Parts: sequence; structure tokens; C-alpha cells
Amino acid sequence: MSLTGIVRPYGDTTGDGRVQVSFTLPVPFGDEAERARAEGAALQLAGKMGLDPAMVVHAKGMGPDFTFFIVYGRVSHLVDLSAITVAEREFPVLPAAEVNLRVRSALGRKLVVVGACIGTDAHTVGIDAILNVKGHAGEKGLEYYREIRVVNMGAQVGVADLVARAMAEHADAVLVSQVVTQRDAHLTNTREMSAAFHSAFGLDRPLLVVGGPRFDPGAAHDLGVDKIFGRGTTPGEVASYLVHALAAPSGRPGGSGGMASPREGAA
Amino acid sequence: MTGKLNLDPALVARARELARLAGQPVTDLARTHTTVSVERAVLRLAGLDGADEDGMPWVNRLTDAVRESVGLEHGVALPAWDALLTGGYPDLRTLAVDAGSGLVKFRLPMGADADAARESAARSVRKGLDRIDAQRAERDRMVAATSDPPMPWIYLIVATGDIYEDIPQAQAAAREGADVIAVIRSTGQSLLDYVPEGATREGYAGTYATRENFRLMRGALDDVSRELGRYVRLTNYASGLCMPEIAALAGLERLDMMLNDCMYGIIFRDINPVRTFIDQRFSRQVHARAGIVINTGEDNYLTTADAVDAAHTVVVSQLLNEYFGREAGLADGQLGLGHAFEINPDVPDSFLLELAHAQLIRELFPDAPLKYMPPTKHMTGNVFAGYLLDAFFNLAGVMTDQSILLIGMMTEGIHTPFLSDRDLALENVRYVRRAAGRLGESFRPEPDGFVAQRARQVLGEAIDLLGRIGSQGLLTAIGEGTFGVTRRPADGGRGLDGVVKQAGGYYNPATEMLEVTS
Repeated sequence: MSLTGIVRPYGDTTGDGRVQVSFTLPVPFGDEAERARAEGAALQLAGKMGLDPAMVVHAKGMGPDFTFFIVYGRVSHLVDLSAITVAEREFPVLPAAEVNLRVRSALGRKLVVVGACIGTDAHTVGIDAILNVKGHAGEKGLEYYREIRVVNMGAQVGVADLVARAMAEHADAVLVSQVVTQRDAHLTNTREMSAAFHSAFGLDRPLLVVGGPRFDPGAAHDLGVDKIFGRGTTPGEVASYLVHALAAPSGRPGGSGGMASPREGAA
Repeated sequence: MTGKLNLDPALVARARELARLAGQPVTDLARTHTTVSVERAVLRLAGLDGADEDGMPWVNRLTDAVRESVGLEHGVALPAWDALLTGGYPDLRTLAVDAGSGLVKFRLPMGADADAARESAARSVRKGLDRIDAQRAERDRMVAATSDPPMPWIYLIVATGDIYEDIPQAQAAAREGADVIAVIRSTGQSLLDYVPEGATREGYAGTYATRENFRLMRGALDDVSRELGRYVRLTNYASGLCMPEIAALAGLERLDMMLNDCMYGIIFRDINPVRTFIDQRFSRQVHARAGIVINTGEDNYLTTADAVDAAHTVVVSQLLNEYFGREAGLADGQLGLGHAFEINPDVPDSFLLELAHAQLIRELFPDAPLKYMPPTKHMTGNVFAGYLLDAFFNLAGVMTDQSILLIGMMTEGIHTPFLSDRDLALENVRYVRRAAGRLGESFRPEPDGFVAQRARQVLGEAIDLLGRIGSQGLLTAIGEGTFGVTRRPADGGRGLDGVVKQAGGYYNPATEMLEVTS
């Protein structure tokens, strides 16, 4: 099948355009009149979704106010394969075993991550979701990775303490979470933090990674950090990024033993 | 129950004895130490509620003030009630406000003053325990007036973050067939060293456990229980830094089941092991008094470790949870030991292995209301395959006579369940119960067949591991990553600064009353 041509969904014959959808509408499914009306509602939605003809193959009342539908139908839409653009992520998301393997082969030791909420921010939800074994969104946190050593300093950590701990632990990466945005506290705190690391470590500073729901992911350079993660980031993405930035497979720049240049990870 | 697996009773007794030997030193530790949360729970039982304008509970303010002034080595009760009496305060709340402002000079009372403080503290705490006793009686009365659903109980989760959204969802779930409603807590509540106050409308992926939220939800479920003629139970989570306090609040507001694991906080939340074991013991004493069924968290181990390789660690943890639970006064009927259907479906004979594990646990703990958890790790986003896997889970549940089935969602790991996901999940379990509910009575594994052999192998591995834990010490074993593949040293983790060694003359009115009855 051509990768540049026009295609339709495939049910059991090329070009038949058949699909299946299921959804719930807040309509009752009680007496005969209500049932007819509910099916009509489902068909109207299916029509607006581009299913024509559409067939309600299953409808079931759920409590007094809702009805669940399964609908089969033919979509009139065409898929133009030549018009697809795939957003390229700067790094691949790797399974945990692969992350561990790459750390082991590139660093020959555990990758050390120091995490904290800085300033007055007491919201450790984000950093804990990334670091705790418990994890987030069905993924285990960084503590779960055998080749990552996690030091979670918790909430309301002073920048000086964070720098000192990062130094003492020989941190490869520092993860900072910022939820509170009052008077742009998240930006002020992040700039203060990156300035402190730049002056304490110079070019040999650890990778600086910041996360929080209100950051502009494109503002890493402006804030003096290497990477910003936004809402909905999973531990696996963070682990994969750390490996990409710090433990590139040998043969690539910065991957030949020791710590890679933090710059490599800059977006 | 007659055994189906030919387990050697001597081996089973040996396993229990090894669990006791492993747990005993930790119990001794818990008996000789206290924590800030245990002391705050005493104040909560004595009726101190509410929070300052920043939301910090008065129990925290008062406990902190006492600790700064005279320490907690003798417990919070002696200095607090002494200050209450000698300062002429009308109630603990007024005392806490002044103490929070640094206006109270605490001391450790001696002689007649100490007797007076002890007597007054005991009277106040007794009122809290009386309320817990009354709530337990009220549960019995409600169950008698409605009805007790047959097992397995269908356990469904609600988690919107907003208690006022949770209530109609929980009532709808009950009408759809749920016997137990669990309100999942906001992510990270287990790491808060205080219990939030009041009705809450925002949480992260869950709703805060607060006394007012407990009260609102129990009231709503009482309404729907009467409507359905079936008692709908309410579950919440005691795990975390505030186990003792949340246990007290659960008893005061008549929750029916509580997640309470002896090691969950240690392994998965990096809470200090010593803190956890002390808090756990007190919280379970309160649960025992309240008639609350605990749910343990062994299912979690299988989300990190492999469900076949680590099957014996589940059994070891269950035996430890049983030992610690009984020691704290829980009856076997209150031990909702947990396990899970988490074997990779690509493994040959995976269903037989699941049956072996589930039947083994059923026979090891014949009187425990076992809580069986559905697949999560191998739910891939293929909702159709997931629905099939959930049906096999339900089948294993009825075949091996599990007591509480947490209902699996085919959209596990994708999103919080749609209304339709929950409805389909209930249709799944209803079909399996209707079609195969009595299959257990005809399920007789071959005496030396695959299932029976596998069960005996897991028991043997569990005994070996318990022996190693006993010789090195439970705290060391946890420090070396025995459970959930995570290492948790005894001097690490959160909350260690809240642990205090009891001095001679330590006084805790709640513990005295709870030890007597347990």
C-alpha cells in the first residue's frame, strides 16, 4: 500500500470506510419513546462525526440518566498520507531495562539524580510522581530504575542546600519541581537556582531539569536550565531524557565514559 | 474449609512461627516508642479538631508546642492536660491557640498534678473511644436494617478530587452493584505530616482524606444503603505519615475498611521504616476497636517485581501483616490481606499460576476476607484484550473463593474510568458470577498436578525467605530490598524526626485503653 496516497478505514473490503465507535450520551433509555429518542441522538452524533450510513448496534441504559452506545458506520473522510507530519521528539522514550542498560554501559556506575521543590513551594506532588517508586500514570518512578540513584530532598529546599547536596552526591542531574506561580515565583526560583549552579560548578555543572504545570517548555535556555517538562510528563520520559543527555551510546559525542556535557541535552 | 492443595499443616505452622519471630523485634520497638502522629491521634480522640488560618491542624500546633517545650518522651497527654487544668482553659482548642502563639508554658507534672492530668486526659480520650464504639454498633444496626451483601464483595473506586462530585458518583456506583466504595486519596497525601481539614474540592488524581469528607461520604452511602436495602461499605487509606490520626478519624466517622499495610509506606513512599511500624501498630489498635477491616497492599509488590518470581514475597508480607494485625488486636475477619492477578499473560499457563497463588492464599488464611486486585501491569491500551483479562481475573476470583474483588477496568492506565467503563466492568463480573459462581466447589486441582505443586513451591520459597528475614532482622531485610525490589534503610526516609523513644512514665491514655481490650 502506498505511503503517500489516499486511504480509508478498512473493515473487510478495501475502501469500505467502516469504523466502530462507542460513547455515552446523557439521555435516558427507559420507555419505548425514550429509547427511540436515544438512538436518534446517537445517530445524529455519528452523522456529525462523518459516519454515513451509521448503525446503532448496541444501546444500554446506565442508571436513569445515561445511555451507552456502540455504533458501526462508514466514514466519508479520506486520509491523505502525504499530508502527515510526525513531530520528532529530540529523544526516544525507552523501556526501563534499556535505560538501565545504557546507563551501565555509558557511565559504568549509577546515574545520580538529586530532586527537590525549591523556594517556599510545598507541592511535592510533581517531584514525587517522577521520583517515588509509586510513580505516576501507570509508570514507576525513577527510584524503580536499578541504575539510577535518587536523592529526593523534598519540599521547601533552599538553593544553597540543593547546590551543596548535588556536590556531595556527585549528582549527574538535578530535578526541580515548581508548582506555585504566584508573582512568577517559579521563574524567579528557577533563575536563582540555575545561576547558583553555574557559579558553583562552572561548565561541569549537573544537568538541570525543571518541571511544573505552568512553565513554557521552550524557555529552558532563557531560564538557564537544560530541559523543562510540563504537565503530564511521565517518569519514563524523564528517565529517557536523562539517558539521552547523559549516557548516550558510545560512538556519539559525550558518550565515551564519564559524564556527558550537559549542553548536549539542551533543547 | 477442606484443603485442595495438600498443604502440610506443620509447614503452615512453621511459616506463621517464622513470621512471628521476624515481627517480634519490630513490635517491641513499636511498644517502646511513640511518634508525633500517635500523639496527635490522642488529641483527636479527645476531640481536638480544626485548623489555624493557614490550614495547619490544631493537633499539630499543640503537639509541636509541647514537643518544643518539654519533649514528647512522656507523651503529649501529661503536659497538655496539666496546662489545660492549671491554666484554666475551657477546652483543648483554646489551649492549642494559645500554645501556637507561644503563650503556654508546659511542664511535666508530678505527683497529684500528674494524677489529675492523667485522669482528665483519660476522661477526654474515653469519649472518643465511646464514639468509636457507638459507630461500630451503628454499623451493626445499619447492616441488620438493610442487609449484608454476599461475598465476593464488589469494590469500586471513586476519585474525582472533589468530594461533592465523588458523592453522586459513589451513589451511582452503589446502584450499579458496588458493595464497597473506595475514595482514592489525592496523590501525595501520604507524605503530608498533617491531616487536612474540612470538605475539599480539589485534589490531584484523588480526594483528600479529611474527617469532614469521611462524614459526608458515609452519610451519602447510608442514604443509598437504605434505598437499596444493602449496606454499602466505605473505604479510605490510612497509609502514610498520619496512619494513627486517619485511623482515629475513620473510626469516629464509621468507615468500614481502611487500606493499612505494614510496609507499603516504607517501600513505595519512602517513609521511614521505624516511623511506619510504630504508627501502624497504633492505627491497627484503633481499627480493631472500630471493627474496621484492613486491606493490605501486597498487590503493589507485583507492580514492581515479577508476579511469578516474587509470588513468595506476597505470602511473606501477608504472614507479616497477619502477625502484626493479630498482635494489634485485629480479628482474622478484619484481615483483608491483599494480592493481585498480575502475571504476564504471555507466560504459558499464566492462569494456572494465578489459580495456584490465589488458592494458596485462600487456604493459608481461611478466615481472612481476602482482597483480590485486578490486572494493571499488563493492561496495554488494547481495551478488548483488557476486558478478556479482567474476565479471567473475575473467574480466578470466584474459583478460589476470594472475598473482596476490586473491579478491573478495561481502560486501566489510560484514564480515570468513564461511566461506561465502570458499567462494562460490572457487566463482566456479574456474568462471571452468574455463569461460574459455584465453580469453586467443583474445582479440585490434581493432588500432585501443576497447580498444587506450584502452590507448595511458593509456600516453600516463602518459608525460606522468612527464615532469612528472621536471622538478619526485618529492618535489615527491608534495607536490602527484599520487598518490591526497593532498598529502604532503617535510618532513611521521611518522618524519622517524628519518632521519639518513650521515657519511664510515658503516658498515653488511648494506648492504655486499647491494649486492655486487645
